Amino acid sequence: MAGTAVRGRLTWQTATVSAVMDETSAVRTLSFEVPDWAGHRAGQHLDIRLTADDGYRAERSYSIASAPGEPVAITVERLDDGEVSPYLTQDVQPGDEIELRGPIGGYFVWDGGASDSVPLLLLAGGSGVVPLRAMLRHRSRVGSSVPVRLLYSVRSLPDVIYRPELSAEPDGVQVIYTLTRQQPPGWTGYARRVDPAMIGEVAWPVAQAPLAYVCGPTNFVEGVAADLVALGYPPQRVKTERFGATGTP
Amino acid sequence: MSPISRGFHRRHEEAEPAGRVPPGQYVTHDFPVLSAGPTPHTPLANWTFSIEGGSSPVSWTWSEFQALPTETVTVDIHCVTRWSKLDTSWTGVSLDVLLDAVSYDDPYVLAFCDGGYTTNLPVADLKGGKAWVAYNYDGKPLAPEHGGPARLLVPHLYFWKSAKWVRGLRLRQTDVPGFWEMYGYHMYGDPWREQRYAGD
Amino acid sequence: MRPLEDGVLDGNAIGGLLLEVFGTEMTVATGTCGSCGMTAQVAEMAVYQPKLGTVVRCRKCDNVLMVFVEVRGVTCVDLWGLAQLA
Repeated sequence: MAGTAVRGRLTWQTATVSAVMDETSAVRTLSFEVPDWAGHRAGQHLDIRLTADDGYRAERSYSIASAPGEPVAITVERLDDGEVSPYLTQDVQPGDEIELRGPIGGYFVWDGGASDSVPLLLLAGGSGVVPLRAMLRHRSRVGSSVPVRLLYSVRSLPDVIYRPELSAEPDGVQVIYTLTRQQPPGWTGYARRVDPAMIGEVAWPVAQAPLAYVCGPTNFVEGVAADLVALGYPPQRVKTERFGATGTP
Repeated sequence: MSPISRGFHRRHEEAEPAGRVPPGQYVTHDFPVLSAGPTPHTPLANWTFSIEGGSSPVSWTWSEFQALPTETVTVDIHCVTRWSKLDTSWTGVSLDVLLDAVSYDDPYVLAFCDGGYTTNLPVADLKGGKAWVAYNYDGKPLAPEHGGPARLLVPHLYFWKSAKWVRGLRLRQTDVPGFWEMYGYHMYGDPWREQRYAGD
Repeated sequence: MRPLEDGVLDGNAIGGLLLEVFGTEMTVATGTCGSCGMTAQVAEMAVYQPKLGTVVRCRKCDNVLMVFVEVRGVTCVDLWGLAQLA
């Protein structure tokens, strides 16, 4: 960003885990103290590097779950056959050191300030909600009143990440869930995979020149992005970030 | 100096050396899919396998290929990314049968595939019951993500040489690097000598 | 454009790799495919990571735009498929 002094390092640095918090039975948020953190933008990610005592190394990318100005945090979904996620969600404790690199990314970012008025359409597939949550937190912190709709596709209600926070629904933010596998008794909301009809009902009208951010597994992103373009959203107004099977970008 | 991540260890322990598993490998019961590009979907009506560069080019259509003598073999496969899978069962046509249809004196081939992937091999490593063009895996037609309708199967070399979606071989006087070999993977790729990268 | 297959990612996934190789943020850089001429930001290119290396392809024609392979700690970079990267 022109005019901004680049503080901090764009290479690997050692951070200390300051807190861990379970979001769901399989999802945990880790907060870090990062000595040379240069600050970040909502939507960016960081890379984590682990080193075993035999020298074996593993690297993974995770979206930053916190807003600019808040302590750096990531939210990790545990995959049963994973190599890194079980370690991060079960073994890591406050005080542990972890190498990380970031912030990374200049495309899937939202910098909206207090004077921004472009309506936002956020579409999350599973753990794709993480960078979108950073955007929502940033929106609150800067006092933005842009209208936001978050369509969050998830298997069931217990799988919803950040549920208490999303339920609080700050002014101007609408959260719409679609529970694709299991619904609680009496559920009257969406209960299927996102499809063109659902998008048609949820998306801001094209005439309002909205900006859309789609994040989740590739299958999810491909379908949703195509549906938005079919609805008339210019492709350059639909930002996409695809996560792999590991739940990371 | 990277800090050691307390309690972190690799997921797969290496297999005991000396035995069926080459050095540095672990045994998996999965069959990981590793692709450098989109899965091709060539209709069988359009599929051919060709050998070019001999005295005259030779080519088989799918039905002609199916009419060739086939074998079912059980082999171990070893991927350069360190997984090994034991006792895998394949059905296909031996390269001995295919190369017998051509008159040639070239010592090398470049295998070429739908999607543009290539890999290089010595002809000697395709002959003598060591290589097949396989179209069934585990008794069923080879799935597209695993290289179907047909892939090269050369189990004594690292599995990147067992080119998915193979469509033919180009006979050559000289050994030229294929796709991964161009970027530093070993020209030959013997898992028993751990020839993963050029210079190994 | 045909949808990307499950497990195939986009240029966002290699932001760190590009940072390491080019020394700067590259996911918003625009690349022109040398085969079909399509222009796209790196973040919107198709990324295949079969563990042997990283292969970046044009969304429109599947042409290989960039290949990254790490051998003994050194990353080999090939930008052969790009007519332009800005």
